[in-house]
Amino acid sequence: MWGQPPSAVRGAQPGSFDSSVNEDVPGKDLMTNSNPQSKLAKPGRKLAQMLLLCLAIFALLGAGDPASRFNEIGHQMMCICGCNQILLECNHVGCPDSDGMRNELMAAVSRGDSDSLVEQSFVQKYGPTVLAAPTTQGFDRAAYIIPFAALFFGFGLVVLVVRSWRNRPAPAIADGLRPVRGAELEQFRDQARKDTDL
Amino acid sequence: MAEIGSFALLLALALSGYSFVAGIIALVFQKQSSSFALAPGTSLGYHGVAATSADSSFVAMLRRGSERIGETARRAGIATFGAVFLAALVLVICAFQDNFSIAYIFHHSNRDLPGPYKFAVLWSGQEGSLLFWSLLLAAYGFVLRLRYKTDPRLFAYASVVLAGVQIFFLLLLDFAARPFGLIEGPLRADGSGLNPLLQYPEMVIHPPMLYLGYVGFTVPFAFALGALIMKYPGEKWIHITRRWTMVTWAFLTCGVFLGAHWAYSVLGWGGYWGWDPVENASLMPWLTGTAFLHSVMMQEKRGMLKMWNMWLVFATFWLAILGTFLTRSGIISSVHAFAQSSIGDWFAWFLAITLVVFVCFFFKNKSHLRSEHKLESLVSRESSFLFNNLLFVLLCFTVLWGTWFPKISELVQGNKVTVGAPFYNRVAIPVALLLLILTAVGPLLAWRKTSLESLKRNFMWPTIGAIAVAIFLMVTPQSWGSAFGLRPWQDISYFYSLMAISLSVLVTLTVASEFYRGGRVISNHTGQGMFASMVQLTHRNTRRYGGYIVHFGVVVVIIGFAGAAFNQDKEMEMKNGDKMTIGAYTLVCRSSTEDDNPNYFSQWALLDVYKDGKPVGTMSPERRFYHASQQTSTMPYIRSTLNDDLYLVFEGVNQDNGHPILKAHLNALVMWIWMGVWIMLIGTVLALVPNAPAQARVPAPARLKQAHTAPAVTGD
Repeated sequence: MWGQPPSAVRGAQPGSFDSSVNEDVPGKDLMTNSNPQSKLAKPGRKLAQMLLLCLAIFALLGAGDPASRFNEIGHQMMCICGCNQILLECNHVGCPDSDGMRNELMAAVSRGDSDSLVEQSFVQKYGPTVLAAPTTQGFDRAAYIIPFAALFFGFGLVVLVVRSWRNRPAPAIADGLRPVRGAELEQFRDQARKDTDL
Repeated sequence: MAEIGSFALLLALALSGYSFVAGIIALVFQKQSSSFALAPGTSLGYHGVAATSADSSFVAMLRRGSERIGETARRAGIATFGAVFLAALVLVICAFQDNFSIAYIFHHSNRDLPGPYKFAVLWSGQEGSLLFWSLLLAAYGFVLRLRYKTDPRLFAYASVVLAGVQIFFLLLLDFAARPFGLIEGPLRADGSGLNPLLQYPEMVIHPPMLYLGYVGFTVPFAFALGALIMKYPGEKWIHITRRWTMVTWAFLTCGVFLGAHWAYSVLGWGGYWGWDPVENASLMPWLTGTAFLHSVMMQEKRGMLKMWNMWLVFATFWLAILGTFLTRSGIISSVHAFAQSSIGDWFAWFLAITLVVFVCFFFKNKSHLRSEHKLESLVSRESSFLFNNLLFVLLCFTVLWGTWFPKISELVQGNKVTVGAPFYNRVAIPVALLLLILTAVGPLLAWRKTSLESLKRNFMWPTIGAIAVAIFLMVTPQSWGSAFGLRPWQDISYFYSLMAISLSVLVTLTVASEFYRGGRVISNHTGQGMFASMVQLTHRNTRRYGGYIVHFGVVVVIIGFAGAAFNQDKEMEMKNGDKMTIGAYTLVCRSSTEDDNPNYFSQWALLDVYKDGKPVGTMSPERRFYHASQQTSTMPYIRSTLNDDLYLVFEGVNQDNGHPILKAHLNALVMWIWMGVWIMLIGTVLALVPNAPAQARVPAPARLKQAHTAPAVTGD
């Protein structure tokens, strides 16, 4: 649910269960299961990294070693066999499509093709439904823009509602009751807080 | 038997129709008689004309008549339950009798199907599940109509609305999706069998839970629409429906997570949520229902958000039906979807009619729904509820948008696109994290206004605790376990996980501080121990503290979700003696074999499992081939611990050498999700328990004296 980590890489050759086939596939060394671990940095450097955390996250999004790229791109694509599964999560033995697609992806990553080039070639070959999420081009952008636009619009609306409610006249009070306002009201509130220790 | 079932459904339709029509007539007459009736202590009648004795007797007759008609409508509604129950019973009996002359039984059962699954045949296909839906609706209606004395007039309105919804489902069952339709052609010796994916113990309880949730939201909707139509004064309808809503929400929660657990345990891809349209369909009403459970407190305590609550309860009901429409119409492709059929049109019409009816009454009577109070400050419980509702509704909108976007894209640019997990991870997770912040902040804000001093006092220690945990998780080595060594700069999923876990700690600490501070007050006053004081505190305000426990359950679930960032998987062909290593586990293939029984043929492997070199048990993932349906299904073997799940899938056999192909997933923190759901359910049950009366410390006469001397109004 929270996305796949860079470490979720298949340990064995994806798409093929015969090791003799694996040797012929370029980029075989990508298929490791190691978790990327950075060495412990010096405290000062770590602090700087922490301060630039947001920038670093976005700056590093497209980077990474070939194994990470294979894993990342593979999780952005769908298997086209009709199983509705992410390419690297398709678990059909004998699936007619996923093996070939994984090998193609691995070859492209090994060649050093950029992410967008890999995606374009897959879209050209398998159609736009091969991508697991809409692109950020053309009308597809609306998929991302609309929810965030709704978020900002909603926040604005709530602030407006709160303002209008604050400006609303005070509710009418029944005859014979004395309204409590200002310092007296605060006194009652303080008392209530003390009583409830809140 | 088929004739009995069909007759029962036709009878149910007639009874429902009568309940609906007679209910409306009774309510109209009742309104007329009220208009004609004399005001107490006056001699003026309708339009200020002096009333005659003939008028009075006419009014009395009208009232008596409407009461009698209303009573018959109520009884017809009760009898509807009997008729639908009979139809459902007949279908189940037919399944147990292997009556393959009925097409539905032929398509969803077979002779060797185990007994519990034969019972589950009732909701395993389109027609049966609609019958089951109708049965649950009739059961809810049955309970509602028996409890009508709580408020006869409001219940009469709600009963009419329920009858209207019931008519729709019975029309479907009688004319469009007939569960008792007979098979065409010669009678077959055996049935096609139940879908193998449904032959799992949880499938016997998952659909009923989900349907109890879906259908249950019809009841709050019926009361809300009834209250809107009759311009019901006050918030009593909310008090009446509070328990209904909470029970329904608990069922839906249970249903959604049972579905997730079923997907995890059966589908064999190692995940529990695929953002499939049908999964989304169950999530959407849950989100709006959760928003309603929060915002309804604003209406109860402050008389605010009345219009909003009307819309929320309608949206929840409507989204439950929309989900069914998505599932049944085939308009959006899904791995779950039932066969494409013409009943999608029926649902589309029903959705349109309910929308029109609700909108008409809303605009006709919205002046009745004005708020009674003003808001004093942006930093208050009220505004936190507003933002909470905004985020829940936005999440729901995001899911709806993502579900429909492929169709929208097809209409706009002529080609479909896929909207899968990567989209939701990018869009929904940030909103969910904001919601988590509000979960921490909201409960500690006071109604009306919160001072900065109070904010500082309440949040300082929880915030320090959350930051400390975040730093600890970042600096610890990853070899310590799943959630350790989180370097957020390495990957966005690590960043989300770190945020989710830290915010979960923040929520937990704020919840704990609420229990502690409340417990301390009681402890100081009574001299009891802290734990006993906390129990007493909870019992005094079960709704509030039960709610906190639900919040705690939610954060435990969120921590479980956050674990997905550490998942690993590996796939290998393994002959006897081969080893596979994943994380701290080593798997050694001991043997692989086959088995056959009347229901299915199975292949499985036996593996010894070692953790850090020490033996921890054996695992036997399985793959089945069901004879009747001629379909294959995997039965993953899962070894769960608090830290991670070792999830083994028998993917198949290499045809050349006969060696099994196994896939191992190491899924972090998954058990936390299921534990969190249990905590959520415990919290909900606790919130349903009536409050214990608070101990009076001031003698009654003294209090009365105080009250008479200086009445004060604080507006709440």
